[in-house]
This record gives sequence, structure tokens and C-alpha cells, in this order.
Amino acid sequence: MTVLGFTAVVAIVSFAAGLLGSLTGLGGGVVLVPLLTILFHVDIRYAIGASLVSVIATSSGAAAAYVKEGFSNIRIGMFLEIATTFGALLGAFLATRIPTSALAVIFGAVLLYSAYLSRKPRPLDQRNLPPDPLATKLRLNGSFPDLEGKRDYNVQHVPTGFSLMLGAGALSGLLGIGSGAVKVLAMDQAMRIPFKVSTTTSNFMIGVTAAASAGVYLSRGYVDPGLAMPVMLGVLGGSLVGTRILVKAETKSLRLVFSVVILVLGLQMLYKGLWGKI
Amino acid sequence: MSPLRVPARPPEPFQPQPWRDRRLELILGNLLRAGVLLSAAVVFAGACIYLARHAHEPANYRIFRGEPTDYRTIPGVIHSVMNGRGRGLIQLGLLLLIATPIARVSFSVVGFAIERDRMYVIFTLIVLAILLFSLLGSGMGG
Repeated sequence: MTVLGFTAVVAIVSFAAGLLGSLTGLGGGVVLVPLLTILFHVDIRYAIGASLVSVIATSSGAAAAYVKEGFSNIRIGMFLEIATTFGALLGAFLATRIPTSALAVIFGAVLLYSAYLSRKPRPLDQRNLPPDPLATKLRLNGSFPDLEGKRDYNVQHVPTGFSLMLGAGALSGLLGIGSGAVKVLAMDQAMRIPFKVSTTTSNFMIGVTAAASAGVYLSRGYVDPGLAMPVMLGVLGGSLVGTRILVKAETKSLRLVFSVVILVLGLQMLYKGLWGKI
Repeated sequence: MSPLRVPARPPEPFQPQPWRDRRLELILGNLLRAGVLLSAAVVFAGACIYLARHAHEPANYRIFRGEPTDYRTIPGVIHSVMNGRGRGLIQLGLLLLIATPIARVSFSVVGFAIERDRMYVIFTLIVLAILLFSLLGSGMGG
């Protein structure tokens, strides 16, 4: 394939990934690396570098729209970013040391878990939880606009959430993804942050987390301009369009399609990794 | 509460002040969007130059070679931009993209300092230190 054809096809696929990722809330980064490696036979290290860059773009690009809605909690974000950036730095250094087949296996496992998670109904927001002393001390509790006006929430299990976010950061740095799946575990299930708040806050955090490992990737030569360009522009365009129509779209069947795609890609990555085809 | 009335001072000890937080978040959100659009524009400009020159060459990313120094360090990227290289311009756009969340974190330090929230000034400085270490400590300074 020529550079022009390759650029065009990768841009289109990236646009679709960004669009579906933002419509379903599952993130586009998670399908990009397997698509690039399986369909386009891109070396997984180049794929991870390009994906990581696109993750920063979508996170920062959507931030303005999310902030306007008034759901995100800047203190929760900043506090947990200590964990995610530290984890991301570790993950990025680790990624340069472990074999690519191991990367593919870990990637496959994360994809399978994401597919499983996307089929599970999200945990119901629990209301009127008692304030947790540590969360109160860290000023993590907040409120957000709701149908009935303002709704207050109290954050729970801070140490568990913080440790899980370390893991989320490490996976992000290792695989060049946003780690939405681990975030759900940490923020929604452990810390009991209301869904809207956790989604918008984690979107804010993802860019900072990815920036922490991007330096390592760039300096190690994982970020190829010819590949990162169509990926970044495509994903950014797709996700911006996605956030525009998100409010109206019926995402249930889309989520089903997208989680099947994730499942298939996950199996492929596991197979390729385990049989050393990568 | 009447919107015309001046809100009462928040009670001590410290309580997060929602409207101030919100204003800060709005500024940060717009900053992020501006940074992303700027970097996308630079990447796009670089893409035009790159594609105009290399459109018909074969594309091959099967084998990992690692990027040359010109595309891996800040001085290298600047050098290749000066030489009018499209790929250098793309990397410059990507560097701007990486800088955007770092700028956001830096502004948050100021924001928390204005709110006199010492604990979060420290938290934010820790995050900033990790980010700068990643960017400069990993050899990208050149």
C-alpha cells in the first residue's frame, strides 16, 4: 500500500473507532491497537505509540464539552491523577522491556475484560451514602446537577480506589489505552462515584495519564509521525462528532455491536500473543 | 436563595467552593480544547507537506525500527521543522498535544493556590513533577 492509501484507510478506521468509542463510552483506544496490528500488520509498538497520542487528543478535546455540563469533580481527578500518572510512568518503562508477545497477551486479556464489562449493567448509583472520613478529609465529596436540581454524593473506599487507579495508569502506560475498564472498577464500584461524575472526571484524567507515558514513548521512538497523524486526526474527529450526537443517540444496540468487536479483537490478540505471531 | 443576594461566606473549616471550582474548570476545559485544536492544525499542516512529498512511496510499519533522533527529541523535532520537514511538523503538533494536559495541570496549581487549598496545591505539584520527569527525564530533552 502507498503512503497515501495507508493514511486514508487508517484515518477512516480511526474515525470510526473514535466515533463508536465516544458513543458507547467504551473508548476508541482499546480497539485501535488490535486493529492496527491485526488488519494493517503494524508493529504493536508503533500501534501503541499512535494510540496513546490519540487518547490524549480525545480526552482533551472532549473536556470542554464535559466541563460545561458540570459533572466532573476536579479534586477527585487531581487526587487520583497522582496514582494514574505514577502508574503510567511505570507502565511505559515496563513496555520497553517486555516482549511484544507478552504485550499482546495482556492486551487480549484487557479486551476480554472490557467486553465482559460492557455487557454487565452498570452498578446503580447508590444515594445517601454516609460520608467517609478520609474522603471528607481529602475534600472529594461533591454535588452535580440532576433532574431534581442538585445532588450531593459521598465518595467511599478511597485507598482501594487509589490503588486500582495505579493499576489503571500502569495499563494505560503499558498498552497506550485510556483504561476505561479499570476506571469503572475503581471509581464506580469501589469509590461509588455517581456514573456521570466518574465518566466525565475520568475523561479529564485520561489525557493527563497518557501524557505521563507519552514522553517515554516519544523518546524511545515509538511514535511514528506517518502513523500517528491519521490515527490522531481520525480518532479526534470521530470522538468530537460522537460527543455532539451522544445526547440523542440510542446506544444500546451500538454497545452490543462494539462489545462483540472488542471480544473478537481480544481473542485475536490472545491467539497472536500466545502463538508468537506478533 | 435569591440570585441577586451576595452569597454568604463559606463556613470555616474549608469547604470546596463549587462556583469557583466551576469557573476554574471552565477555563481549564477551554484551554484543553484550544490546545488540541492548535495541535491538530499543526499536525494537519505537517500531514499536507508529508503527503505531498511521499504519497506514492510504500507504507510499511511491519518492522519496528524506532524513530530517528529527529523525531524523538525536542531539539531534533525543532531542527527538522526548521528544515521544512512535514514529519517534523507532525511531531511538533504531537508535542503540543502532550503539552496541553501538562498546561492544564500547571494552571490547576495556580487555581488551587488562589483558592488557598494547600493540600491540592501539593497534590497537583506531585502530578506536575511526574509529568515533567516523564517528558524531560526520559531523554527527550535531547
